[in-house]
Amino acid sequence: MLDISPQLFALQLMTGIALGAVYALLAIGLSLIFGMLTVVNFAHGAFFMVGAFLGVYSLGLTGNFWFSLLLVPLMTGAIGLVCEKFLVRPLYGRGIDYPLLLTFGLSYVMVDVVRFTFGIEGIPSSTPESLRGAVFLGFGHFPLYRLFLILATALIVIALWLFIEKTRYGLIIRAGSRDPEICKVLGIDISRVWLLVFGIGTAIAGLSGMLASPTRAVNPEMGIPILAESFVVTVVGGMGSLPGAVLAGLLVGVVFAMTSLIAPEFAELSIFVLMALVLLWRPQGFFGKAGLMS
Amino acid sequence: MSSQLFNKHIGRRSIVLGGAAAAVAPAWMGVARAQNTPIKIGFPVPLTGAFSAEAQDQVKAAEVAVKEFNEKGGFNGRKAELLVRDDKLNPGEAATRTLELIEKDKVDFVVGSLSAATQLSINAVCRDRKIIFNSISQSDAINEAKDWSMYTFHEALNPHLTAGAVARYAFPKYGKKLVYLTADYAYGHEMVRGFQRAGQAMGTQMLADIRFPLGTSDFSAFLPRIQSLKPDVLVMCNFGRDQLNAIKQATDFGLKATTKIISPVLLFTARVAGGADVFDGVVGGTSYYWGMEDKVPAAKAFNDKFRKAYGGAVPSDYGALGYAGVRSVLQAVLDAKSTESMKVSIALRQLRYNWYKGDQFYRKCDHQSVQSVIIVESKSKGMKDKNDVFNVVHIENADEKNLRTCDELGHKVST
Amino acid sequence: MNFNVLNPADWYVWMRNHRMATALLFLLIFPYLMPYEALSINILIFGLFGVGFNLLFGYTGLLSFGHAAFFGVGSYLAGISVVHAGWPWWAAIGCGVVASALVGLLIGYLAIRSRGIYFSMVTLALAQIVYYVFYKAESWTGGENGLRGVKVETIDLLGWSIDFMDPLNKYYVIFVFVALALWFVSRVLNSPFGAVIEAIRENEKRAAACGYDVARAKLLVFVLSAGLCGLAGTLRALHLSIVPIDSLHYLQSGQAVMMCLLGGMGTFFGPFLGAAVFLYLEDVITNLTRYWMGVVGIIFMLFVLFFPKGIWGTVLHRCELWLARKEGAA
Repeated sequence: MLDISPQLFALQLMTGIALGAVYALLAIGLSLIFGMLTVVNFAHGAFFMVGAFLGVYSLGLTGNFWFSLLLVPLMTGAIGLVCEKFLVRPLYGRGIDYPLLLTFGLSYVMVDVVRFTFGIEGIPSSTPESLRGAVFLGFGHFPLYRLFLILATALIVIALWLFIEKTRYGLIIRAGSRDPEICKVLGIDISRVWLLVFGIGTAIAGLSGMLASPTRAVNPEMGIPILAESFVVTVVGGMGSLPGAVLAGLLVGVVFAMTSLIAPEFAELSIFVLMALVLLWRPQGFFGKAGLMS
Repeated sequence: MSSQLFNKHIGRRSIVLGGAAAAVAPAWMGVARAQNTPIKIGFPVPLTGAFSAEAQDQVKAAEVAVKEFNEKGGFNGRKAELLVRDDKLNPGEAATRTLELIEKDKVDFVVGSLSAATQLSINAVCRDRKIIFNSISQSDAINEAKDWSMYTFHEALNPHLTAGAVARYAFPKYGKKLVYLTADYAYGHEMVRGFQRAGQAMGTQMLADIRFPLGTSDFSAFLPRIQSLKPDVLVMCNFGRDQLNAIKQATDFGLKATTKIISPVLLFTARVAGGADVFDGVVGGTSYYWGMEDKVPAAKAFNDKFRKAYGGAVPSDYGALGYAGVRSVLQAVLDAKSTESMKVSIALRQLRYNWYKGDQFYRKCDHQSVQSVIIVESKSKGMKDKNDVFNVVHIENADEKNLRTCDELGHKVST
Repeated sequence: MNFNVLNPADWYVWMRNHRMATALLFLLIFPYLMPYEALSINILIFGLFGVGFNLLFGYTGLLSFGHAAFFGVGSYLAGISVVHAGWPWWAAIGCGVVASALVGLLIGYLAIRSRGIYFSMVTLALAQIVYYVFYKAESWTGGENGLRGVKVETIDLLGWSIDFMDPLNKYYVIFVFVALALWFVSRVLNSPFGAVIEAIRENEKRAAACGYDVARAKLLVFVLSAGLCGLAGTLRALHLSIVPIDSLHYLQSGQAVMMCLLGGMGTFFGPFLGAAVFLYLEDVITNLTRYWMGVVGIIFMLFVLFFPKGIWGTVLHRCELWLARKEGAA
C-alpha cells in the first residue's frame, strides 16, 4: 500500500523530533509547576499563545530575533509571577481542584485580552532571516528552523538541568518539592520558592510559544489544542518529572509523525490512545511523581 | 322578560351594527399593527471564535441590504430589522440561538451561518418550524434531499462547484499529477470529490489523498511524504486557519519550488491576516472579490454602497454573501407581497437576480443559487493598497451543469 | 407542628426538610422566569448533567474529565434510534441511557485503577477515543456535521397526544424526566450506599478498612453517574433535534466541572444552580459584548477565589448561620 523509503522514514523521524521538542518544553513547564506546587496549570496553553504574540510583536519592534528570545520568557514569566501571587496563592491548601479551575478561568481571560489587544484575526509570523531555508541531511532536505528548534530545546533542557542540579536555588527547589515543611523549619521562605517556580514554568511556556511561532499561524485560539497535547505528554512522562517530560515529549512527537505517515487522519487520536495505554499499564506515567529529578 | 329589557335599552339594530363593528375592528386593528411591526430577519453568525472577522463582515454587509430596503420604503411601510446573534461556531449553540430567534423574537426569516455544521443545525430547527432559512456558507450536504425542505435555501457556493471550477482552470494549466492535503471532515471530503469529478474528465492522476485531523496546526508531519511524491499540483482541501498553517509550512519546506499550490476557497480575510509571502502564487476560488469591479458593473455598484457605509472599506467574500442572502429574501417578500413563509418560498424559487456579481437564480430541486465562481491568484508584488491582494485570473460563469444533478442529491422530483 | 406562616425561619425549615418538593415547585414555574423556553430547557438538561456528574465528583470525590462521553453517547444513541431505526421517543431515551451506562461501565472499569490527577487524565483520554469513534462513523453520526433529523413531533402517552414542538410543552415533558432523575439521585444518596460513597471521598483507605468493597462501589457510582448524564444527553437530542459532535468533546466535560464548581459541589442542588447561572450569564453576556469569554473567565475566577463553596453552598451556609442566630435569639 505505501512505499516508505528509508529516507522518508528518517525525514519523518526528524520531523517527529522537532514536533516533540515543542511538546517537551511545554511539558517541562507543566511538570515543574505541578511537581512543586501541585497546581495543574490550565492556563499553560494561554501562556504559550501569549509568548507567540509577544515574540512576533517584539520581533517586529526590535528586528532582533535573539534579543526577543531573551525578552519574551522574561515577560511571560513576569505575568506568571503576578498571577501566582494574586490569584493562585490564596488557593493553596484548598485542594487540587481550585487552582486548576482558577487557571481555567484565567485562560479564558488571557485569550480575550489578546483578542482585544491584537485583534481577532491573529498576526502574520515568519521565520527569521538567518534561519530560513533548508539543510540537506543526507536523506533529504529539512527546514533549518526546525533543526534550530531541536537544538534550542536541547540547550534549554540542559540549562534547566544545570540550574536545578548544580545551583543553590535548584537545591532549594528540589528540597521544597520533597518536603515543604522541613524547608520552612529551616528558614526558607517557601512561598518565594513557589513564586519563582511558577514564574519559570510560565516563562518556558512563553518561550516555547515564541519558538513555535514561525512554524504555525499565530492567533488567539492557538493555545487550546496545544493544551490537551501538553497534558498528554506531561501525564505520560509522569507529572512532576523533568526527564519524563522530555522523553514523553519526544515519544509523542514521533508517534504523531509516524502515524501521520501511515494513517494521517488518526494522528491526533494516536496520542490519546498512547496516553490511555501508558496510564493503564503504568498509572503514574513513566517516571511517576516522586520528586522532580528522580 | 329579558327580551323586553333588551329591546328597551339597546335595540337589535345597534347590536347588529355593534357586532359587525366588533367583528371588523380586530382585523382593522390587526392590519394597523402589522403595518407597524418590522420584518424581522434572524442572523446567527459566529461573531466570536476563529471566523469572527468573516462573520463581522457578513453582519456589516447584511446591514447595508437592510438599510437599502428600508430607504426604498420597505414592504407596505414595514421596515426590515436584522437580529444578529452569536452562534460561536458551535452547532448546539446555533440551534439554541435559532430557537431563541424563532420562539422569543418571533423572526419571520433566518439568514446566516458560516460553517457547514452550524448551517445544518440552523436548518434543522428552521424547517421543523416552517421558517425560511437562507444559508450563506458552504456545504454540499444542505443540497441533499435529507436536509432539504421548501424552506431551505442556499445562497452560498458549495464545495463541489468551487472545487470543480478551480480544477477546470488549474489542472490543464499546471499539471496532471496531484496530491490532496485534506482536512478530515465532511467539507474536506466534499472538496476532494469536487476536484476528482472534474479532474477525472481531464485525465488527472491522484498520487495521494492525505487526510489530517481538523484543526491541525503543525503540518510538518505530512510534508516530507508530499515532498517525496513530487506532485505537479498540491491541492489544499482545507479552509481558514488550517489552510493558512498548511500553506505556510509547505512554503517552509520548500514545496513551492516544484509544486503549484491550489485551493478551492481562498478567503480574503485569511489572506490579509496571513500576509503576502505565505500565499504568494497560490491559486484558488472565491464567491466574490472586490477587485472584479472593473470587469463587472454590479460589483462596482455593490462595492460603492459598502464603501459609502463603512468609510472606504471593501467587502469580503463572505460579506457579499451576507448582503445577497438578506437582499434575496427581502426581494422575495416584495414579489410575494407577503411575509408568509410558503409564499415567500415560491417567490424565491422564481427569483432572478443580480445583486453583486452577475445573474443568479435558485435551482428548483435543491434551492441552490446557481452563480459564477471567481478564480484568483494571490500576489505579493504590485499591490496598490492593502486590499489589493488577488489578481482575478478567470471567472467561470453560472452554469447549472457544474452542480451535482438533482437525482444524485436524492431529489425525486424536480418541480 | 407550630408553623407560623409569617415567620420566615419556619418557611426556611420547611423548605430545608422538603428539599425535593421545593426544588420541583420552583422548576415548575421556572420557564416563566427565563426570557425564552429554549434557555430554560437547556438549564434543565445541563442541570441534570451536572447533578449526574456531581454524584461522582462532589459525593465520591472523583474528578472525571471525560463525562462528555456519557452525555454524548446518550444523545447519539437516542438520535440514531430515531433517525436510523425509526424508534419511538421512549425507546430512544431508553436506548440512550442503557448505552451510556454501558460505556460508563467500560470506561469506569479501566479508569478506577488510577488515582488523583491520573484518574482525571485517563477519563479524558478514553473519552477522546469515544469522540473519535463517533466522529469517524460518519454514515451513522453525520461526523463533523452532526446528526440531524431527530424529530419528535408528538409525545403519545396513555392516550394523550402532546405537541412536543410547543416550547412550553417540551419543557414540562423534559421536566418530568428530570424530576424523576433527581428523585432517584436523592434516594441513592440517602441510602446506605450513599453513605459508603461519601466515606470513600473522605478517606478511601479507612472505608476499605471498614470492610467496604471500594472498587465495586466506585464502579457502581460511575455507572449510575454515566446513566444520568446519558439521560440528560437523550433529552438534549430530542430538544435540539440535532446532535452536535462537540457533545463528546472534552470542552463539554470541562463545562460540567465548571457548572458544578460554580453552583457548589458539596450540595445536591448546587450543580443545578451552577448550570442555571452559567447558561443564563452566558446568554446575557453574549448579547452584551463580544468578549464574553473574558467576562465569564473573570466571574469564574472570582467565584473560585471568594466563593469556594459555590453559589448554593455559600447561600446554604449563610442561611444556616442566619437560622442559628434566629433560633439562638428566640
